[in-house]
Amino acid sequence: MTALREALMAFRRAPLLSTLGVVTIAFSLFAFGLFGLVAVNIQEALHAVEEHVEIRAFLTDGTPIEAVSAAMGDIGSFPEVRSVAYVSPDQALVRARQELGDFSDVFEPGVLPASIDVRLKAGFRDPATVAAVANRIKSYDFVDDVRYGREWVEKLYKIRTLASLIGTGLGLAFAVVSIIIIGATIRIMVLARAKEISIMRLVGATNGFIRLPYLLEGFIQGILGGLLALGLTWTTCTAISHAFIKTAFFDPGIATFGVICGALMGLLGSGFAVGRHLRRL
Amino acid sequence: MSLIRFLNVAKEYPRGGVALNHVTFQVKKGEFCFLTGPSGAGKSTILKMVYMEERPTHGDVWINGLSIKEAKRREIAMLRRKLGIVFQDFRLLETRTAEANVAFALEVTGVARGSIRTKVARVLTQVGLASKGTAYPHELSGGEQQRVAIARALVNDPSLVIADEPTGNLDERATRGVFQLLREINAAGTAVIMATHNLGLVRRADLRTIEMNHGRVVYDSSDPVPEIGGGGDAETEARRAAAAAWRASAPPPPEPDLYDPLLEDEL
Repeated sequence: MTALREALMAFRRAPLLSTLGVVTIAFSLFAFGLFGLVAVNIQEALHAVEEHVEIRAFLTDGTPIEAVSAAMGDIGSFPEVRSVAYVSPDQALVRARQELGDFSDVFEPGVLPASIDVRLKAGFRDPATVAAVANRIKSYDFVDDVRYGREWVEKLYKIRTLASLIGTGLGLAFAVVSIIIIGATIRIMVLARAKEISIMRLVGATNGFIRLPYLLEGFIQGILGGLLALGLTWTTCTAISHAFIKTAFFDPGIATFGVICGALMGLLGSGFAVGRHLRRL
Repeated sequence: MSLIRFLNVAKEYPRGGVALNHVTFQVKKGEFCFLTGPSGAGKSTILKMVYMEERPTHGDVWINGLSIKEAKRREIAMLRRKLGIVFQDFRLLETRTAEANVAFALEVTGVARGSIRTKVARVLTQVGLASKGTAYPHELSGGEQQRVAIARALVNDPSLVIADEPTGNLDERATRGVFQLLREINAAGTAVIMATHNLGLVRRADLRTIEMNHGRVVYDSSDPVPEIGGGGDAETEARRAAAAAWRASAPPPPEPDLYDPLLEDEL
């Protein structure tokens, strides 16, 4: 109780330093949050793009429709497959003309082969699985060729892996920098009260008793900083949604996690700062 | 049982040389002991070991039976609650009143709020500052500030008061007042160990005196060993002679009687 009162009093006693602590936590988490937003939205976009990952098996001319529908039944029962669709030469022509727009007249009727278009379930769209399924489909006699945009699928995955790696790396770097800055601000507070702390030690206060108000202070700063960062990120997100493109925000779980991260950063920073001061005998 | 026991204590700093060397002495419960010697002789290092702020590099120190080698942090904190420590620079918190400075020692050791007020009032009366409890340190004279510091040292009913040059910043009159107060505290049963280089003060009071020089004990008035020419190696003999010369160089006491009746109103 006394520790909490002391911790809150520190905000009154050194409003500038406390604000500095809160603002540094807020800004580092805000930077983290902005990157997080980019990551979340890349992820969403990738999910949307992944929907379009499909395997197209071109059929040899004159394949009997019975064989095709039997094969489609087979393929449809693969655990990786979500849907199988037959595209006749006429439908292929219509689709090609739609996609080519102004150049729609380059194809003559009958030029394009019939195909089976296969879409995969989410979680089976990685390059290895796509290639495996494509190979299985290729084993049918009447399948002339299989296309699945191999390079494209691989690139997509590389982008996502890279995005997660950069996100994790930057996130960790930001977290470390924040902890150091918070540690430094708390250390300034500790030094400002060094005389008080030395007297406390001399009259027999335990280290835990001395440490508690600073830990609480760091914790409170962390929570305030986290909330401020959340507000800033949300405002930015809303602004981007209004001005440019619709942007997804974190779900409540991740938002809470962010604030908890702030609190932990505050705790760690103040813990290091006071610990260093008290480590003498 | 001794309250303070130093056994063959040495303190060496990695880069700063030797602060203490072969220091052995004891202080009994209820005793008053001066620690004298020139600056850098090791007085403050000894006191820091008494309140366990420094550890020896060799030997051991026991305070109230607790060995400094084995003491855990918590035990040190608990020990300090039974010690009262007074410094030359008072070490009062400028933003707190005299009362609050004294109460601080109780607050941070978890004493119940209800009993703090009575205890603070009692010790402030004891040091003669009953009427100045609400004054801030900068509103008090040096002597009064030191009395507040002594009140803070006394408020936990210590068995030992450690005073490191308590009169170093005070004029002659305030010095006598503070010293008189320490003697009263001692008369009530509390042991006092006081470092000072005010030789006039040491000479006038006929009390146990340990004299330090170059990190060694060169004279202990409780020791039966004679002074100069008393034997020992040449180095010890030389140190003893140097210490005696230093002692002889102190100015003569300004007044023959330490307990000046004029001081009555100050005490």
